[in-house]
Amino acid sequence: MKIGVVTFPGSLDDRDAARAVRVAGGESVALWHGDPDLRGVDAVVLPGGFSYGDYLRCGAIARFAPVMRTIVERAQQGMPVLGICNGFQILCEAHLLPGALTRNDHLHFVCRDQRLRMERTDTTWTNAYAEGEEIVIPLKNGEGGYVADDATLDRLEGDGLVVARYLDVNPNGSLRDIAGISNPSGTIVGLMPHPEHAVESLTGPSTDGLGFFVSAVRSFAGAKA
Amino acid sequence: MTLDTVGRASSSPDVDQPYADLGLKPDEYARIREILGRRPTSSELAMYSVMWSEHCSYKSSKVHLRQFGDKQPEGGWPQLMVGIGENAGVVDVGDGWAVTFKVESHNHPSYVEPYQGAATGIGGIVRDILSMGARPLAVMDPLRFGPADAPDTRRVLPGVIAGIGGYGNCLGLPTIGGEVVFDPTYAGNPLVNALCIGAMKHEDIHLASAKGVGNLVILYGARTGGDGIGGVSVLASETFDADGPAKRPSVQVGDPFMEKLLIECTLEVLHAGLVEGIQDLGGAGISCATSELASNGEGGMHVHLDRVILRDPTLSPEEILMSESQERMCAIVTPANVEAFMEICRKWEVEAVVIGEVTDSGRLTIDWHGERIVDVPPRTVAHEGPVYERPMQRPAELDTLKADDANALPRPTSAEDLRATFVRMAGTPNLASKKWVTSQYDRYVLGNTVLAQPEDAGMIRIDEESGLGVAASTDCNGRFVRLDPYNGAQLALAEAYRNVAATGARPLAVTNCLNFGSPEDPGVMWTFAEAVRGLADGCLELGIPVTGGNVSFYNSTADTAILPTPVVGVLGVIDDVERRTPMAWATDGEVIYLLGDTDEDFAGSEWAHAEHGHLGGTPPRADLAREKLLADVLIAGSRDGMLTAAHDVADGGVAQALTEMALRSGVGARLWAPETTAPFVFLWSESPGRAVVVVPRSEEMRFTAMCAARGLPAHRIGAVDSGLGADAGYPGEQALEFTDVFSIPLAELRESHESTFPRYFGAALTA
Repeated sequence: MKIGVVTFPGSLDDRDAARAVRVAGGESVALWHGDPDLRGVDAVVLPGGFSYGDYLRCGAIARFAPVMRTIVERAQQGMPVLGICNGFQILCEAHLLPGALTRNDHLHFVCRDQRLRMERTDTTWTNAYAEGEEIVIPLKNGEGGYVADDATLDRLEGDGLVVARYLDVNPNGSLRDIAGISNPSGTIVGLMPHPEHAVESLTGPSTDGLGFFVSAVRSFAGAKA
Repeated sequence: MTLDTVGRASSSPDVDQPYADLGLKPDEYARIREILGRRPTSSELAMYSVMWSEHCSYKSSKVHLRQFGDKQPEGGWPQLMVGIGENAGVVDVGDGWAVTFKVESHNHPSYVEPYQGAATGIGGIVRDILSMGARPLAVMDPLRFGPADAPDTRRVLPGVIAGIGGYGNCLGLPTIGGEVVFDPTYAGNPLVNALCIGAMKHEDIHLASAKGVGNLVILYGARTGGDGIGGVSVLASETFDADGPAKRPSVQVGDPFMEKLLIECTLEVLHAGLVEGIQDLGGAGISCATSELASNGEGGMHVHLDRVILRDPTLSPEEILMSESQERMCAIVTPANVEAFMEICRKWEVEAVVIGEVTDSGRLTIDWHGERIVDVPPRTVAHEGPVYERPMQRPAELDTLKADDANALPRPTSAEDLRATFVRMAGTPNLASKKWVTSQYDRYVLGNTVLAQPEDAGMIRIDEESGLGVAASTDCNGRFVRLDPYNGAQLALAEAYRNVAATGARPLAVTNCLNFGSPEDPGVMWTFAEAVRGLADGCLELGIPVTGGNVSFYNSTADTAILPTPVVGVLGVIDDVERRTPMAWATDGEVIYLLGDTDEDFAGSEWAHAEHGHLGGTPPRADLAREKLLADVLIAGSRDGMLTAAHDVADGGVAQALTEMALRSGVGARLWAPETTAPFVFLWSESPGRAVVVVPRSEEMRFTAMCAARGLPAHRIGAVDSGLGADAGYPGEQALEFTDVFSIPLAELRESHESTFPRYFGAALTA
């Protein structure tokens, strides 16, 4: 199971995402923003960070990177993609997921250990969780407020596409406490909090994030078996 | 607009030059003329003026700082690989790994423009670490502000925090510690210090030296603009036409995205073996980089200044030499490697240009479109600046201050007063939770943060295979230093040392940021000299060398100097980060011990400051032999699994230590004072050499036997107890109960501890 992790200029959590893939038993493959070749990977993680400094709208430049052309094409054909934080922003900018991420309502960057409820657990990236399971993973963003028009939000809710929701505190003003969403088939997931920072008890608040990566590895093991 | 060339300088010796406006004294200007045998060109004058500034030349502090090198054990420091004088010192942490770390100040820019001042402070220290060949791994931010309720603090503090976060978060370095301290003396002069830690393999260490005649000098990174020029605008105003661009701001503007690219690009060219010498561009920009590289190397360099890529094409050569535009580096590369170097720069979309070459001329020569504008011996610019032995005088008011004994202040005695004091003290700005600040910093990025604020020290893993890691803490109680500079500086050292040891790491090296008032004030200079002497003696006694740091003078507003603030950073090493000791207790029934002796030490204490606005008396003596003993016990306790938690006792005394341990865990405890100590003294005295530790019952015999055998007093002061809320009158709640004195539910304590910052600085998400 090969999972590609893309490095854009300004990607910061690419090493962490690669580590999480390895801890989950997958093989991580480094992908470069300027190279459209996906090097034979089965799935892709778009990691957190500040691609191109996020001086323009977050993710707005990264979506035009050569690697993204291939990723969008392959994702539309069913290749699994997980976008974390900046990666979620890029997925929205690339129109692989609906809505957008905007400046936190309290106007500060926030880094905290965030409790989430897992709501959709039949996706490539969340099948290791139980529906309704509560997890704690780091959240760190300045522009993490999920917004979409009411019709889109209603559709996400109605079709069961909300993957995870904030509990206790809504840390960024996301509408309907949405922390993550998916496409209808469940191959593409965008998530604002950082599961890759919660794969070892030594360095994370928990190991609750490992499930995202284990889910993907397991999906492929199952598919091949 | 006439170019001031070397030829013109020789033929027009009597031109009036604005040296005084550039901060040079008449005798310094005379010395430049003597060195050159003519008047300097305006470019040369600009270079000397910034390189001979206090900030770059250490001209007032040099005679004192020598002690950090001179006071060393026979045979030298075994752990030291690169000492003071390079961009940052390097120590050996074992397994072929080396660690570099350094703290610097960015005080004045942060007062003028808090966001950019603080942001570029981070950028500067990170490039220092990078230029040693290390990957930067973490930052820490020791900060000091005026009173929390002062209107200007509300301008400065949120800007500084946002700047540190904005830069550090975007750069991808975790912030793992620091300090936030308030005192009225910092009102017009906040202290914004920044520390960075980096690691590399031994063979990857690089130095700032232009070696190899014929090698090329490459400037790469951001374009050079007009920011951060400062006093040089005086020169600019002479050379520009009247309708030319206006003077530019002297505070630099940071671009963390560019810095991130610069880090990755630099590490790639270093690891590819393409670099002979490397230097970052910080204060004094190209002037500093070229003169230091040349001075450290073959002694000669020739630069074509017109090749520098500009953000603003109207810049004059003087401005280009002085610009402090951020995110730039300078590398020395052999001609054969230039194309490979450029290829890596292109990969990272970093602009690079060859601006010159290494020569054996013994001169630094700089041309502007073919005309010679600088011809100087580089050592005279970089390393042989003026040195002053400033007059020193012990301040007369010290005796008055010392006579004003803090131990005589009225104390709470009734149980009710003690309880009220306990709750109130937990919420003083200096002791209150700093979550409002630290939740704006990314502590997780890179995935190696093992401990971060509010832990005693930040700890990061360096080697994922072996678990090798380092811990660091910065500390300084400026009130102690004010009352007794020699001893106060040692107390700062002792506290940082203790904080590192509390996590289980073995202290290894020291960096310091010496923030003081004007060196031209003999009282300040005496205080500075005493503090340096105290630090140098203390480091020798503790066996940990000063590897580098920074001096920041002229921190004063009108006639008020800041509290003398020698911020001390101690770095420690831990063989396996899995063995780290956290600060908070967690498990019911575990026993709480206070290690060390508690005396009546209220001079310079937070209690005297917060409850009485008092500063006076004689601070406790730093007993470094005791600190070593305590550290040995804390490290052994970690290594042998005898401790589940440990927390240093300092500002706010045992009361603060217990408050932080309880609130961090959310679990209550039953506590009592040692028989011989009055509850008030037990709770708020700030005797050094103490720590609160938590011991599982199964380890209690072994631990107390170890303390007894080593001669370290260990007082059993309580037990972790999650079920005493009901006994204490708070059913269903966690509480701290001081047997027969008072009890407090943690919720009430938390309210006091965590509401202070949001109250002063506005709502933010701190939960």
